[in-house]
Amino acid sequence: MSEVRDGLFYSEEHEWASAAGGQVVRIGITDHAQCQLGDIVFVELPQPGSSVNAGESVGSIESVKTVSEMYAPVSGKVVRVNESLLDQPEIVNGDPYGAGWIMEVEVEGDVDTALGKLLTADRYRELIE
Amino acid sequence: MSELLRTPLYDLYREFPDARCIDFGGWDMPVQFSGIQREHEAVRTKAGLFDVSHMGEFAVEGPGAAAFLQRMTTNDVDRLVNGQAQYSLICNPDGGVVDDLLVYKRAGDRFMLVVNASNTGKDFEWLGKHLPDGVTLNDRSREVALLAVQGPHAERILARVTPEPELLSGLQPFRFLEGADICGRKAIVSRTGYTGEDGFELYVDASDAATVWRELLGAGEADGLVPVGLGARDTLRFEARLPLYGQELSDTISPLEAGLGAFVKLDKGDFVGREALIRQKAEGLKRKLVGIEMADRGIPRALYPVYGADGRIGEVTTGTQSPTLKRNLGLALIDARYAGLDTEIEVDIRGKRLKARVVPTPFYRRTKQDEGGGKVR
Repeated sequence: MSEVRDGLFYSEEHEWASAAGGQVVRIGITDHAQCQLGDIVFVELPQPGSSVNAGESVGSIESVKTVSEMYAPVSGKVVRVNESLLDQPEIVNGDPYGAGWIMEVEVEGDVDTALGKLLTADRYRELIE
Repeated sequence: MSELLRTPLYDLYREFPDARCIDFGGWDMPVQFSGIQREHEAVRTKAGLFDVSHMGEFAVEGPGAAAFLQRMTTNDVDRLVNGQAQYSLICNPDGGVVDDLLVYKRAGDRFMLVVNASNTGKDFEWLGKHLPDGVTLNDRSREVALLAVQGPHAERILARVTPEPELLSGLQPFRFLEGADICGRKAIVSRTGYTGEDGFELYVDASDAATVWRELLGAGEADGLVPVGLGARDTLRFEARLPLYGQELSDTISPLEAGLGAFVKLDKGDFVGREALIRQKAEGLKRKLVGIEMADRGIPRALYPVYGADGRIGEVTTGTQSPTLKRNLGLALIDARYAGLDTEIEVDIRGKRLKARVVPTPFYRRTKQDEGGGKVR
């Protein structure tokens, strides 16, 4: 059974998001998503500085077998990406909610409002059950 | 939507909590048991056990069986001795491939054909349509289970489950034993496989499959034997440049284009597709299957378009990050003018043109003296 961490916010496309201080939201993919993908061998990250819109594709994650699009759960500007994934994409498999985070986005309005549009841990659990 | 078919081992997959099944040509097959990379590495360095019971087995028998197969397949059946198998192809009159297969010669007038699961119905119909009097064709696929033990430790693992280990160790590649005793059950044991490693394929009665599977896993545990799914089977065969029907081969791709000319004996006498293949060879091949390696960051995947200076020149047939080499590699069927080694090409990866070049194949070749791993080029 894959882990759904309490206190995080989730998208229906299997990303998680959490407040990371100020206007910044940290984003990654869920344990369920990494489990479905299998061995991750390649992560295509967005350009820092680029604008992203909630629900739009911002990059891709590839396993040995398949390619999966990654969608932005919130709108804003990409301020940081996890560059260690360029050389060690398998970190996403090992620690999807921690060292395997993917990017940080600065939202324009209120962080809580942006996160409030996403699913709670309980709702996400229902989704993947 | 018809129900997916299951092999006799299907119920045993659930003993592996990370096992995941997919629809493969109408069969509910395990894509992985523990993880594709781990399984892949086990086969390259130790050993893996595969359930490939979805493959089709036909019996072709009768006084005219050899002549019939000589006419229906591209390799030279007359070169086979009893107890020998050969890789071959069935072509259509245009030189496209109906299927690729193994032809086993069991006796002068008794053969077993092993065909791709997804093509079993098509092949049976095609062969049946050409069947002469005095030759019988029977589909044994549901009665026969096929297990493969592959990897450098395969021989020593099998030696533990047979009373006659010397027979197995003396078995040369593409030779097979009838009625061998494996885990106390009767099996056809053939030194063949689809991984680029040493190994064996075991044809057993469907009702014996579970026993053989369990006993092999037990006997091989100390040597690192693990169950391996179709995901790793695909990456293993890919690194060794073994073609997969539906990707490197199809009704509209000829064996010559796919680089399988060694298995097409144009001088053996007439066979279906021969004229078209002779013509294709005389005119020069317009397309060739090549190995490619990405220079830019990206992984090529099946059906991604390939571009050269003149525009679109073909497409990727298989691509992945090679688990053994950690390089982003592909096989691509492209315009022959771009097939030279080191030619720079571009692959359209989801809308981005990324640089790649033509590289030698196979990507991986095992070395015979070195049991522990293979030579990398």
